[in-house]
Formats: sequence, C-alpha cells, structure tokens
Amino acid sequence: MANRINREQVQHVAGLAKLEFTDAELDAFTPQLDDIIGMFETLSEVDTDGVDVTSNVSDQINVMREDVADNWGQSEDLLHNAPDAARGFIKVPAIIDESEDNA
Amino acid sequence: MNYFDKDLASLHADLVAKKLSAKELTQATFDNIKATDPKIDAFLNLNEDAALDQAAKIDAEGINADQPLAGIPMGLKDNIVTKGLTTTAASKILANFKPVYDATVAEKLADAQMINVGKTNLDEFAMGGSTENSAFKTTKNAWDQTKVPGGSSGGSAAAVASGQVPVTLGSDTGGSIRQPAAFNGIVGMKPTYGRVSRWGLIAFGSSLDQIGPMTRGVKDNATVLSAIAGHDDHDLTSSTQAVPNFAADLNDATSVKGMRIGLPKEFLAEGVNEDVKAAILAAADTYRKLGATVDEVSLPHNKYGVAAYYIIASSEASSNLQRFDGIRYGYRADDVKNLEDVYVKSRSEGFGEEVKRRIMLGTFSLSAGFYDAYFIKAAKVRTVIINDFKAVLKDHDFIMGPVAPTTAFGIGDEIKDPITMYMNDVLTIPVNLAGLPGLSLPAGFSNNLPVGMQLIGRPFDESTLYKAGYAFEQNTDFHLQVPTLGGQN
Repeated sequence: MANRINREQVQHVAGLAKLEFTDAELDAFTPQLDDIIGMFETLSEVDTDGVDVTSNVSDQINVMREDVADNWGQSEDLLHNAPDAARGFIKVPAIIDESEDNA
Repeated sequence: MNYFDKDLASLHADLVAKKLSAKELTQATFDNIKATDPKIDAFLNLNEDAALDQAAKIDAEGINADQPLAGIPMGLKDNIVTKGLTTTAASKILANFKPVYDATVAEKLADAQMINVGKTNLDEFAMGGSTENSAFKTTKNAWDQTKVPGGSSGGSAAAVASGQVPVTLGSDTGGSIRQPAAFNGIVGMKPTYGRVSRWGLIAFGSSLDQIGPMTRGVKDNATVLSAIAGHDDHDLTSSTQAVPNFAADLNDATSVKGMRIGLPKEFLAEGVNEDVKAAILAAADTYRKLGATVDEVSLPHNKYGVAAYYIIASSEASSNLQRFDGIRYGYRADDVKNLEDVYVKSRSEGFGEEVKRRIMLGTFSLSAGFYDAYFIKAAKVRTVIINDFKAVLKDHDFIMGPVAPTTAFGIGDEIKDPITMYMNDVLTIPVNLAGLPGLSLPAGFSNNLPVGMQLIGRPFDESTLYKAGYAFEQNTDFHLQVPTLGGQN
C-alpha cells in the first residue's frame, strides 16, 4: 500500500488544489487515492504507440467571433452573490497576514 | 391528477381542448410533489409562485395547438442555472447562489412555454452515481425507498418515476442521466456531445457533459430533445447540425425491420448481474422478432473506459472548480487571516468528500511529473475507445446492452467504497468518452426493481435510437408498470 502516492505527496497535491486536510482525513485519503491511481495504471496495458490524444469530441472547430464588450447591467445582482461587498466592490481580507503574530 | 396515464401528447390535447388548464395541471404537480416528496426527496427547491403565475398567464393567452409543450410542468436538475432561482449543484459552497441568467436549456423550455416547477437533487456537482453525495439530502428510488435512485441525476429520475412531474432535465458526464433512468424505470437520453448547449450548466467535465431529457416514454423524450437541442452562440462546442423533429418520426412500431444491431460481448461479461443479462438477451430476441439482426460484436477496450474517464473527468473538474474560491460568490469561510486562507478554508469547508477526491485525482493527474503518464495516456486511450465504437458502428445501425451491471443498490451500501462506485459506470462512461448518443429505457425487472437497456448510436443519430426505443416500447409493457407509492394511485 501507499507505494504509488504517499502522505507527503497527497499534502503537496492538496496545496496545488488549494485544499487542506486534517490528519484523520489524510489517513483515509492516502490509501484510497493510492488504490484509485492503481486502477489508473491499468491503462499501461493499452498500446497507444502512435495514437493521437483526444481532448475534444465537438464537431465545431475554431469558431471565431468579434471581441465586443457587452454590458449586462447586472452588477448589483452579481454583488448580491458575493460573500462580502460594499460600495459596488467585493470585499476581501488583506492579502498579507494581519494577525498579531506577524505584526 | 394521475400523470402515469397520460403522455405529453394527450396532456397537450386536453390542454388545447380546455378539458384541463395549465394552472390545474401545475397545481396538481405541486400537490403530487407535496404528497410524495417526504418519501422520495427528489426536489431541492420549488418554484411554486412563479410557476402558478406563468401557468395562469399561459391559460389567459390560450394554449397554442402547435406548441406541444405549452403549459406542461417540468423540473430541472439543480446544476442548471435559473435566473433568480437558487441553484446549488447540491453543494454547500453554492447553498445561497442566485444566478443572474438562465441556462440556454431553461430559456428554450420557457420559450416552448413549459413551466419550471423546481430544481431536483443530484450528487454534489454531478459527481456520483447514487445522489448520496448531495450536501442536502439523499433522494430515494421510486420503486423501493431503501434503494438509491442512481445518480447523479437521481432527483430528476425519481421525480419522473414517482409521478411528480412528467418531464425533467438531467446532465450526463459518465452515465448520470442513463443510470438513474435505468434504476427508476424511465427513459433518459444522453445526446451526442454538442447536440445541446451547455451554457448555464455548472461545468464538471467540459469535454464530456451533456444535458438531456428524462421522461416516462420514448416519444415524450424525443419531443423534449427537439425543444432543447441546437447551436448556441454561448457554447461554441454546440453543433450547427440541423435539429430534426425527433417525435414526428415515431409512428411505426416495426421501424427496426432490416436494422443491424451490435451486442458487445463485453457488455454481458463478468460483473453483469444474471437478471440484467437475461433482460438484455430477451430484448435482443424482441428486436429479432421485429425483423432486425443482432450480432455479437466486440468493444475490446471498454474495460479501460473507467480508468481513462476518472483521469480525464477529474482533471477537467479540478480546473473547472478552481472558480469556487470564496471571493465572488458562494461560501466563504469565517476565521480567516489572509486571502490564501479564504481560498483554502472556503474550499475545504465548502466542498464535500467526493468532490475533494475528484479535485485531488485531477490535480494529481495534471501535476508536473505525472501529466504524461496519466492525463496524456488517458487522452490516447480515449482515442482507442472511440476507434472501437467507430469500427462497430460502421456496419451496425446501433449498439445495445445494459445501462448498468446491476439494478439499484441499497442506500449506504457502496458510498464508502469509491472504486466499487466508479465501476458501476463501466457501461455508460465509454459513450461519453466517444461523445456518442445513448438512450436508456425500461427493459425488465429483477426483484421488483427496474432493469434498463442502453442503445448507443452514431454521432447525431439520436433519431435511430428513438425509433428503436419506440419500437421496443410498443412491443413490450415494461414502461407501463409504475411504482406503488402514496399520492398518485
């Protein structure tokens, strides 16, 4: 077990995905992800030499349009969905840590 | 008002003849939902006042005889955005989200004068096969409330099967329309990729997602698909192919005569329940009696579909779900010290376990050092799977098989075991990878639970699937059997 992905790698991937897990969650997730990645590795049985990738199955190719700005006039409705807003702007906490520890 | 007795054409005839008003029909729908939903839990949010107002307005204008859907109630899976009406994707992270626009499908159904009665439950962000991943509630199977309704469009399926509403829309990324349709004994269509606009569908796997109708009968399904299909400037992967009037072709119950059908041996292989297998073999005999030939064919790489899919769909999901960051909309965690904290804590508290698992799998598959071995490999295997389908469909009109290896399983039975849950989709996933249309329809029963049959066609040939589905329906009575549940009987 845990030979395909280990706890540190799971934590690294969580960081990339902007997620955090408790120790108990990491204990549960690590072997589970390892098993699923093991299932992924069955793909190595398929010979794909010279095979192209498929990233899209749409029959439309490179549809172009004019780049024209459009004002939907809905900024107030949009701001209603923001967790915190004031005077027509979305409010967010400071980018830099403002806690006393770092003062 | 008993919907089980009426198809859309007869409801429409009653509305035109003024034997029934849109308002009466809509009120009856809410009465049905209120009587049965405490048992089924199909709906997350009802649109009662607006729906009744709209129905009254349609009655005042008079039902247009040329508009087959006018005044007919419908429900939308809650990952389809509706202007001003809360849309959650069954996630805590969107619990209070009010969209500022309508999805194209919602707009098209409103143009067809259908009445939106509310939003149906799903697995969070459509990730799951049982509706147990909803952050709000678990929908129950219409036939047995100890069983799952399937997923992720479990609410849409159970709502139709329990007679709450005649039409719902679902979305299907790896089987999420077809499998719940099968588990609930109704008809579900996953159209060709590009047939229906995805504008306003909360994105999961953008190269796989399609919206489609869920109904009791094949003809009703065809009528609704014609109404929602077509090119949309807001979704440039939507096709410019002409949209047929699918239902107009459905008059001949023997139209499969002379057709060649492929039955892949892999679809009846190990893991497929004996009763399911027997139902599909019996269906093959029905088609033979109707004058079609059924050949054993092979899709040799079918079994690799699940692995390829969980890499591709999870990778696309990990990218699509980056937008949920606690800034512009959705849940924002309290107790944050800085901006980074907002992102990490809002996402970690707002997403459920399965969604996090998929984000992790996707982020891993796309990360430096693993991208070639996982994502690129999966994208190549996708091509191999597409080629398997092309080879069979070159000289077969369509492919038939089961929708799922089993009938509905028990609530709680598989939710702790992701790989078992993922393998349930082994027969539906390859169809999404190839972008083909897939129709699910009732084909039998096992221990009083419905068995679903899947018909898979060539790109943009939903028409053949509807014809074959209609012929099967007219020559069997599975679709006429309905669950016994308080409220409508």
